[in-house]
Amino acid sequence: MSRVAAVVLGAGLLAVPLFLGPGTGQYVLHVLIQMFIWSFVGQAWSLMGRFGLVSLGHGAFLGIGAYTVALLWNFFRLTPWVGAPVAVALTALFAAVVAYPCSRFRVVGHYFGLVTLAVGEVVRLLIIAERDWTGGSLGLTLKPAGASSLLALQFTDRRVFYYGTLALWAVGLWVWWRLDRSMARDAMEAIGEDETAAASVGIHVTRFKLGITVLSAALTALGGVAYAQYITYVNPETLSGIGVSLRIVFAVVLGGMYALLGPTVGAALTIALSESLRIAFGLKLIGMAETIYGLLLVLFIIFLPAGIWGSLRRPRAPARPLEPVRPVA
Amino acid sequence: MIDPIFLLEAAINGILLGGILALLALGLNLIFGVIDIVWIVYVDLVMLCMYVLYFTNQVYGWPFWLAALAALAVGAGLGVAVHVLVISPILASPPINQLLATGGLLFFIQSFATFLWTTDHRSVRFSLPSFEVGGIFLPATRLIPFGISILAMLALYLFLTRTFMGTAMRAVAQDREAMALMGADPRRVYVMTSAVGGLMAGLAGTLLVFQYSVHPFFGGQFGPLTFMICVLGGLGNMVGAFIASFIMSEIISITGVIWSTEMGYVIAFVVFIVMMFIRPGGILARSE
Repeated sequence: MSRVAAVVLGAGLLAVPLFLGPGTGQYVLHVLIQMFIWSFVGQAWSLMGRFGLVSLGHGAFLGIGAYTVALLWNFFRLTPWVGAPVAVALTALFAAVVAYPCSRFRVVGHYFGLVTLAVGEVVRLLIIAERDWTGGSLGLTLKPAGASSLLALQFTDRRVFYYGTLALWAVGLWVWWRLDRSMARDAMEAIGEDETAAASVGIHVTRFKLGITVLSAALTALGGVAYAQYITYVNPETLSGIGVSLRIVFAVVLGGMYALLGPTVGAALTIALSESLRIAFGLKLIGMAETIYGLLLVLFIIFLPAGIWGSLRRPRAPARPLEPVRPVA
Repeated sequence: MIDPIFLLEAAINGILLGGILALLALGLNLIFGVIDIVWIVYVDLVMLCMYVLYFTNQVYGWPFWLAALAALAVGAGLGVAVHVLVISPILASPPINQLLATGGLLFFIQSFATFLWTTDHRSVRFSLPSFEVGGIFLPATRLIPFGISILAMLALYLFLTRTFMGTAMRAVAQDREAMALMGADPRRVYVMTSAVGGLMAGLAGTLLVFQYSVHPFFGGQFGPLTFMICVLGGLGNMVGAFIASFIMSEIISITGVIWSTEMGYVIAFVVFIVMMFIRPGGILARSE
């Protein structure tokens, strides 16, 4: 994207809350905040997904992040400023424990997807099983700090969350862009194509896969923290179920996982779609909105396999021109 | 300390549950092995067949055998429909897209079922006796499905080994390209496989209504477990899937008694994850 367009987009996003008043304006703000959070999570997912590490269990990382912060706050009154780093570190450790054997024993493709799916289910079931602290499937409400509090990261004014999640999203874009320009990308693409060949030219396969998984999981956990702080309610189904893990993947694939703004376009579209269907049908026809959502997802995947943004950006599949192989790290 | 009789009862219940899981896993594994696509939506097709049974039997008053035939027919029809409408246009797509297309279908079916029939739990009522053997209760609602399930698996085995179409399916599962070169039409084999897979879903649905009530999110209860059994047994490996079903059902059943139901599933999933590391080719594969 050209520099001018980026500046215009950035300035436009910064100015949005100035034009939104109370009432409907607050609703629009709410939708935008959700779009930023889920775009960020989608970006985190695509860091792995674009290299063939298709995770169907990112709900695990989302759940560990959100629940760690919520439990530390509710039981120990520990500020999210400390809780969030703890949550991210814990998730990163957890991801490393899962990712190391996965890359060591070469769990790839379908198998990787199913292992991560199982990991997501394990986290969801553990949250439900430990119902004494986590509230089980009823979920957990963050104890209110009273008024808006910077220490508790709880604000009554949505604009604070708007700017906070906007910043988070921008960080996600930056990480994606940095990775896209780094040597790690070449290494990861080589690994995604053929692990044995990559290893034979001197790429440390396990180190790269572990690194990218931990990075993706840590960012996802941060997204989970943002979600918990904004919604102030966490639930195992909405954070760690198969439903949410699939939704993340859907949004990214719909937008296109090989383009910088793909995950954002996908997340924004899926949220806009489900919100507008929800408004259109309201409480009259329960399930109709989701039915159309599911149907459209199937149609999109059949007819626009490279993703919407991906198709606009690159007319064909992202086959990179052959370059001379250079040893990486 | 838990009375050993409870453990024995849990172990027997595990075997009975294993029979049903094996049927689910074999249907999915057949499709998995032959077409090489994970139908995330598989157990949701089972759910639809359970609704067919509920409505024809409980609401319209059809006799159970006729309702069961209707469920089988609907299952086979759904299998073909999923293949023709969703899978065949994306056979050449990357695996992730294939997986997601069936995932989108899962959202569609779950929500459409919610829309049509609300989230109420509905059950088909049976008045069947229970047998008591040495202090252990064996309800007929578990014994009958187990028996039918074992017979159905035998029938599937005979179909796969003794008929031309069954042999063609196994051949495609072994080598997709070579089969086309031998002059067999893989597309026909795919449609037939989907029909048989759907038929198995219909049968599994018929047997599941004996013990479980049906609701739109029924798929979540058995779906993940079914994929894991398939992979644990080895992709396309029928005997492996059969054994894996019993391993998983015993873990769930026994841990469920000594700990809690959720922990039963947690342990089963952890076992699956660990087995993926040490035996990625399935439990029957020779270790490298």
